[in-house]
Parts: sequence; C-alpha cells; structure tokens
Amino acid sequence: MKGKNTILFFLVVALIAGLAFVAMNGLTIGSYTLGSVNDSMKLGLDIKGGVVVVYEAKTDETGTDLIKTMEQTKQVIGKRVNELGLTEPIITIQGDKRIRIELPGVSNAQEAINMIGKTAQLEFARVTGDTPAYSGMTSDMFESETVLTGENIDDAYVSTNSYNQPVVALKFDSTGTDLFTEGTRAATNDGTQIGQIAILLDGKVISAPTVKKVLTDNSAVIEGSFTLAAANELATLIRGGALPVQLEEIQTSVIGPTLGLDSLKSAINAAKIGLILVVLFMLVYYRIPGIIASIALVLYATIVLYVMIGFNATLTLPGIAGIVLSLGMAVDANVIIFERLKEEMLVGKSLRASIDGGFHRAMRTIIDSNVTTFIAAVILFIFGEGPIKGFAVTLMIGIVSSMFTAVVVTKTLLKLSLGFTDRKKLYGSRG
Amino acid sequence: MKEIKFTPKYKLWFGISGAVILIGLVLMLTRGLNFGIDFTGGTMMQINLNQTVSVSEVSDAIKEFDLSPEIVHAGEQKHEVIIKTKSSLSNEDRAQIFNVLKTKYNLQDSDFRSAEQFGAAIGSEIRNRALMAISVAAIFMLIYIWFRFELIFGVAAIVALLHDILILISVYSIFNLTVNSSFIAAILTIVGYSINDTIVVFDRVRENVKRSKGKSHFEVADKSINQTLTRSINTSLTTLLVIGALYFLGVESIREFALPLMTGIAVGTYSSIFIASPVWAIVRNKIARKGSYAAN
Repeated sequence: MKGKNTILFFLVVALIAGLAFVAMNGLTIGSYTLGSVNDSMKLGLDIKGGVVVVYEAKTDETGTDLIKTMEQTKQVIGKRVNELGLTEPIITIQGDKRIRIELPGVSNAQEAINMIGKTAQLEFARVTGDTPAYSGMTSDMFESETVLTGENIDDAYVSTNSYNQPVVALKFDSTGTDLFTEGTRAATNDGTQIGQIAILLDGKVISAPTVKKVLTDNSAVIEGSFTLAAANELATLIRGGALPVQLEEIQTSVIGPTLGLDSLKSAINAAKIGLILVVLFMLVYYRIPGIIASIALVLYATIVLYVMIGFNATLTLPGIAGIVLSLGMAVDANVIIFERLKEEMLVGKSLRASIDGGFHRAMRTIIDSNVTTFIAAVILFIFGEGPIKGFAVTLMIGIVSSMFTAVVVTKTLLKLSLGFTDRKKLYGSRG
Repeated sequence: MKEIKFTPKYKLWFGISGAVILIGLVLMLTRGLNFGIDFTGGTMMQINLNQTVSVSEVSDAIKEFDLSPEIVHAGEQKHEVIIKTKSSLSNEDRAQIFNVLKTKYNLQDSDFRSAEQFGAAIGSEIRNRALMAISVAAIFMLIYIWFRFELIFGVAAIVALLHDILILISVYSIFNLTVNSSFIAAILTIVGYSINDTIVVFDRVRENVKRSKGKSHFEVADKSINQTLTRSINTSLTTLLVIGALYFLGVESIREFALPLMTGIAVGTYSSIFIASPVWAIVRNKIARKGSYAAN
C-alpha cells in the first residue's frame, strides 16, 4: 500500500514535469505538432508591437442610420486593411460611433494609419475651365465645379457595354439622379466647353468621361479602356468612397516591435526568477508540503498558459498583472492549507487526520476568498474595456486553475506523500 | 507564540492611514495629480536617437512645432527620448516631427519606437468606465459577503477596499507618479487582492465568533488576526517576490506597472489587519451595546 502510493506520487510528479516540459519546448509526435507556449501564445499589441487606432465618425446620425453607416465604415476599412495585406486585423465598432482597429505586428505603422484613415471622398465634378482632366490629376490642376458626392451614390458594380468591354455602372439615389441630370445638362449645353465630368476620389481623378448627352436616368456608366480587374477595383473604390462619413483619429498607440519584445523578454526572465524565489521560500518554510506546493504551482502556470492558448486569448501587460495576482492566490491557497495542517498537528492529531481536517477547514476559506475575487473579475470583464478586459480574463482563468491545483493536486500529492514518510516534522510541525 | 494586540490600538492605525490620505489629498488639491496623456489627452512619442542627446538639444530641434513638450530620456543607455505634449497630434504631425529628427540624427524608420495619442475627451471616458466597473464589482462582492458572512463583514471589507484605493491615490499624489493605464491596473489588483485578503481573516473571525462566547469582539478579532498572521505574511511575501522580480529585472514599461502592483499588495495586506478587522469589531460592539440597552 505504502509502496504503491510512493509510485503514484512520482507518476503524478513525472506527468506534471512532462506537461511543463512540453509547454516550454513543444512536442512532435509523428505528423502532429504541439507548439510550445512561446510559439502559440497570442501576444497583445502592447507586447508584440503594432498599431491601435480608434476613430470617431463625424456625423449627427442616430439610430439605425448610424448603425448602418458604422457597418459600412467597418467594411470599407476592412477592405483597405486587406489591400494592405496585413495579418490578423481586428476591427470592432466601439460604442455608437467609434471604430477600433488593431493591426498587430505592423512595421510601418504611420503608413498604415495614413492608408486607413483616408476619407475616400468621392466627387463628380464638371470641368469648367480649358484644361481637360485626365486620370491621375489632382483637383487643383484644372477648374471644376462639384456636381454630386459619394453620398448620392447607392451602388457601383462592374458591367459590360455593347462592345463587351468592362465598364463601371453606377446607381444614384433620387437626389443624385437630379443632380446628375443637372450636371450633364450643364456639361453638354454649352458647345464651348470640354464637356467632361471628372470622377475624383480624395481629390484625385480616377476617370474623366466626356458627356455626350443629357442623362436623366438614375444610373450612369463609366467607360474607359478598363481591364476587368481595373473596373472591379474602381467599382470597389466608388462603393467604398460612397461612405459619407469623416473619421477623426481620437486614440492611437503605435508600439515598435523591438520595444515590445524587450519588455516581453525581460518579463519572462523576471517571472522565471520570481517563481524560483517563491519555490525556494516554500521549500525552506514548508518542507515536504513546500515541494508539493511548488509542483502544484508549476502545473498552475502550465494550465493558465494552455487555457489562454485554448481560448485564443491575447496576453497583454495588464493580463500579466492578472496572472501575477492569481499566482499570488494560488500560493495563498497552498499556504492556507499548510497553516491549517500545522494547527491540526499542534492539537495532537495524526498526520493523516491532520491532512483531512486541515483541508476541510481550509476549503471554506479558499472558496469564499476566491469566489469573491472571481465575482470582481466577472464584473470587470462585463463592464471593462480594452486593458481591463485583458486583466479580467487572465484573472478568471487564473482563479479557476489555482483552485483546481490547490484543491485537487496539492491534496492528492499530500496524501500520496504519506507513502514514503510520516514524520510530522517534515510537514512543518514544531512538535 | 504570544498573541499580538492589534485592534485595540485602532486609533493609532486609523490615524496613520488618515495622515497619509490627508497628505495625499492636500498635495492633490495644491499641486494636482500628475495625469498621463491617457487621462488628459495628448501625444507621446518614443524615439531612438542611437546616441545620448541632451533634452535641450531635442527641444531645440523640434521647436518649430511649438509643442511645449516634456522630454525625458529612456532606454538603458539613455539613447532614447520620450516626447510628451498635451496637444493631440495627428498622424501626419507625428510623422513630420519624426522626420525632422530622422534627418538630423540620421535615423531609420524603425527608430520610431512607439507613439500614443489620446483625444481630450477619451481620458475622462476611460476613467468613468473604469470607475463604474469597479463600483459595480464592489456592490456584487458586498452582496456575496453579506450572503456568506453577514452585512457588517461586507461593510468592513468595502471600507478597507476604499481605504486601499485612497492610499494608492495618495501614494501617486505624494510621489508625483504619473497616473496612467498602469494606475488602472493597480486599482484592479487592489480590488482583487484587498477583498481576498480580508476574507481570509474574516473567515477566521466568523469561525472564532461561534467558539468564543463571552469574549469581546476586539479579542476575537485579535485572535483571528494572530492565527492567520503567518499566512498573511507568507502570501504577501511570495507575491511580492514575483512582482519585485518584475520590478527589478523588467524594462521601463514593466516597472511602471510593477510598482503600483507592489503598493497594492502591501496596502491590501495591511488593511485587512489594521483597518477591516477593527472596523468590524467597532461596529459589532456598537450594535451589541445597543442590543443590550434595548434588552434592559
């Protein structure tokens, strides 16, 4: 019986050591690879580097109109981000009229912000001077008068004309139709002028068709020597440009990748040294229970990291604060158990009875203190945003893991350890 | 082990805490808190110059932008500068400022290490939302403690929590530390740790109340504190070891948030013994006396 417990004890220890080893170094069995924590953990922008920009829409819209506008804005930004070929962008609508864009690992952050923040204001402008407009010109290179803006365009899509060439078809809303009719009339009426209506995106001409007759339809076609791809791009840009909202940059964080990595490396080193100090302290102060607590803490750390990877959670600096706090609570749970164990031994109970009694009494304390903190973490998760959420997530994961390791692992190992010794002194008794 | 009397000297402990909070508040009213750009709005840029350049030289180099900036050195060899200004600079403005320094000191794009910009309104929003989250969390914790213990324990725990938050704010005020996002992390840690630590002591009190009929509430509280004292010391010591390692070995951004965390843990432990327990005993005593008058 005693021998069996000793073997079980070392089996559990070996299992935990194995898990920790895999967490540090990764594992490959055949074609199946389990990455190490270092490789698999998603790191927050504050660690890995990247850009966070929060834009506020300058609009007076409310209700469903606003929601629609924001959704459109989000889509347009999504397209632009994709065009930049950035990986794992996170674009979320915050509150009513804000958009938060997170771009991890962007090396040239300033450029990325420039591309995304462009308003992409679409404009139809009648050329009024003697200089004809060509695509690529800017609005200050020729004289013109605005006919309508992107606000009045409902849709743009690729179509083909009678020669089977790709063209971009536009659909105006009712105001747009009126404005367009007026514009084409003004452009064709007077024989002295060039008769162009230039289509500008952010003040740059993308196409400058010549108006041949007055158009009263709610649609128009932009012809040109388009390839299908070019027509598609133009239609996309016009659809994107049809966004009637201007964005104001209200919050930005740009973190260079090197700065983030510096802090991560030093944080990992510090955490290792901190853990070693804790283990040493526990060994010296609590002896055999100290060894057991250290094993439980190693498992605790492994579980927290793997659960975070499993939930696809992102590790941020406030998240590290949450882990440190729950690590403290994991140590606390063990300390509470061992102190109770000592007290039980002090009143003369046998070691086995002391372990049972100590656990029983420690459990109530541990549950009450952990549940209270867990409640705080849940509330912070629900009501908090950004860094507060990151803190709450790691704290919740940490509390559950610490309860599990303290209650299940510490208890099991303590009982199994009776297989190789029953000297109370080794369990911290002064008697 | 001889029992240490903690709670009867509550006037001393309350006095010490009160004095710290008072100094903090007075300084806060006269000098003001040192708010970071997260709270006031503004811009921060960190640039690696690859050499140590004096603050006045950097200030001269960018004086055309008229920022009245605060410039400090950063990095291990003081090769980096952090430029902070209260004005909220756009992306283009930031790029222009960097380009001036880039040309002057022959920098690479990657030397623009980080930048942060907060609009003026967003700071108070972050603050309000954090305050709201913390208040709601406190209410729910109070309800749980009420349910599991009794209301007086809950009230005493919340008093201790408020005390801890006030002390932390005072520490920021006295040492003129920058109130930024690490401050929020510290407040959160206090919310988690302070209550947790108090509950462990109160759990003992709850247990001892049943066993020690005829003893005063101060005696019961003292007995409970003494029984949990080793645990209180060991737990805060080990937690401080971990955060201390982060503080002494971490880079600036880590240190900046390790320091308030350490304060939070230390204050959280202190208040369970010196604030929460006497508050419980005082209130409990008052109620008991009233009860006996009513009985007469």
